[in-house]
Amino acid sequence: MPRIELALGPCFFNWPADRLTDFYARIADEAPVDRIYLGEVVCGKRMPFSDPIWPEAIARLERAGKSVAVSMLALPATPRERAAMADLAALGHLLEINDMSALAARTGAPFVAGPFLNIYNEASLAALAARGARRWCAPVELPLSSIAIVARACPEVAVELFAFGRLPLAVSGRCYHARAHGLNKDSCGFVCDRDPDGMAVHTLDGRAFLAVNGIQTLSHAVQAVVMTPDALSASGIRCLRLSPHSLDMVQVAKIYRELLDGRLAVGDTEGRLAGLGLPGAICNAYAVGEPGWQKTRL
Amino acid sequence: MTDLRPPTRPELVCPAGTPAALHVAVEAGADAVYCGFRDETNARNFPGLNFSAAELADGVRFAHARGSRVLVAINTFARAGAVDVWRRAVDIAADAGADAVIAADLAVLEHAASRHPGLRLHLSVQAAAGTPEAIRFYAETFGVKRVVLPRVLSLEEIARLNRTIAVETEVFVFGGLCVMAEGRCALSSYATGKSPNLTGVCSPPSHVAYVERDGALTAALGGFTIDRFAPGEAAGYPTLCKGRFAAGDRVSYLFEDPVSLNAVDLLVSLHRAGVAAFKIEGRQRGKAYVAQVVRAFRAALDSLQRGEAPASASRLLAGLAEGSRETAGAYRKIWR
Repeated sequence: MPRIELALGPCFFNWPADRLTDFYARIADEAPVDRIYLGEVVCGKRMPFSDPIWPEAIARLERAGKSVAVSMLALPATPRERAAMADLAALGHLLEINDMSALAARTGAPFVAGPFLNIYNEASLAALAARGARRWCAPVELPLSSIAIVARACPEVAVELFAFGRLPLAVSGRCYHARAHGLNKDSCGFVCDRDPDGMAVHTLDGRAFLAVNGIQTLSHAVQAVVMTPDALSASGIRCLRLSPHSLDMVQVAKIYRELLDGRLAVGDTEGRLAGLGLPGAICNAYAVGEPGWQKTRL
Repeated sequence: MTDLRPPTRPELVCPAGTPAALHVAVEAGADAVYCGFRDETNARNFPGLNFSAAELADGVRFAHARGSRVLVAINTFARAGAVDVWRRAVDIAADAGADAVIAADLAVLEHAASRHPGLRLHLSVQAAAGTPEAIRFYAETFGVKRVVLPRVLSLEEIARLNRTIAVETEVFVFGGLCVMAEGRCALSSYATGKSPNLTGVCSPPSHVAYVERDGALTAALGGFTIDRFAPGEAAGYPTLCKGRFAAGDRVSYLFEDPVSLNAVDLLVSLHRAGVAAFKIEGRQRGKAYVAQVVRAFRAALDSLQRGEAPASASRLLAGLAEGSRETAGAYRKIWR
């Protein structure tokens, strides 16, 4: 049976620095994950608060035997954001690139192509691999059938699947958290810190639909791709990415590790995950090319 | 190296969803028209729109004879295992004599740059390249000559950007407005399963339903209610990001009001900010609309050339905006 790795993706939400420090300390000590991506990917205005904690968090995770990569902003715009990204790149860690802005700074060094890049086919991943991409987390809407084609064509790139968490669906120049509170991005008051899993968005008839996190829009439903390691391998997947939420992520990682080690049946896994108190219903249908909010049998 | 400074005369780039729209846009004074093929390779893949290879060749002949250029949008992201469909579209555009191809996917850009080195390349707004670093990457890697800027930058940011890059910039000045970074939005695909990035259709008509209940009209996309209209209220199309939703304890147009972009009052400032080309959105619009908008912007730009304020344009454009409500969008920082 192939060993599928587990990765913890970057935290999308505005958690206070202390909470992030405690979170990564516990991940270092207890979570059976092989790789950690950390860093602010959503809003450059949060970086002055979180950036100071990364060097120590990285050191602690590495002492615990984890591979660490720093994830870069998905939509950098201001000179301050671009300078902050350059500072992060200068730390010398493996980088996850989420916008083409960060590519030039790599000067041929290996990097991870993040899920915010528009890599939808084998030729565009090959173009990035030629420039140093060694890992790739596919865009969340890409079905497994397409991922398998890309993975087969680019065997030198390790492929990750966004397997757990609210789906990152869109980024914008506008902050919707600020707008919802009658503010704008430049005077936001950091109101996004009130919603550690994002602010729920319902339709006018009360149906849970989306979640807002600053300039980012996520699904309200929680992606949970639950498949056997053999099935994942058949699609070229070498690593499952778990996206941090306020529920017990150590338990999420343990459940997925048991599944991937063959100690937990596919049929029992979803129930175990749901028992942790997910922020929304389970969804998974992007994997088969259906509407992302739906839940289907994979 | 060729001189890549923006031309002093800004170019008016107009939508041609059909051969008929191409004709009226050219005759109304478009410096350039943009269009796409009748398939998933372009980001306005709606039923009844777009061009066959032969229609494109005819359109290019028509436009060139009248001094206009034709830009071909091949600006979706190629489907895995089917990249040749997009490559072939580039070949057909080159054979038809297109003046430029507008692309976003690395695979499409790479094919165009390597197989058609003489073909001018514009970076589509779908690539959402808004920083000097990203733009330089596309310019240096693929020889991109112009970048269509994502609709997230303010006027000040555009001016600053133009001082640091060596390629032309093109900005949207009128029409429908994406509020998300273009090409970085999966909201429509989440609701419907159809990805705008892959299929070229956002909020597809095939997934829209209007249901009347207790006198109120509900507009839904993929089964999700996007808006609800009281009796007598004008019912809009359920474009996902222009809908009304509940968040916190408030119901609002959470992402954007049902407005459309009108930057006609900013043409002088945008020109001073170094913008080389002004783009009008609306390949899904009819001939009459295209003719009226193009004429208005032609008059405005001609005034600008004469050093006069483009006063008459606002009047000519009156009543054309979607829902009759307009915004200057991200060009004014307060929008964010």
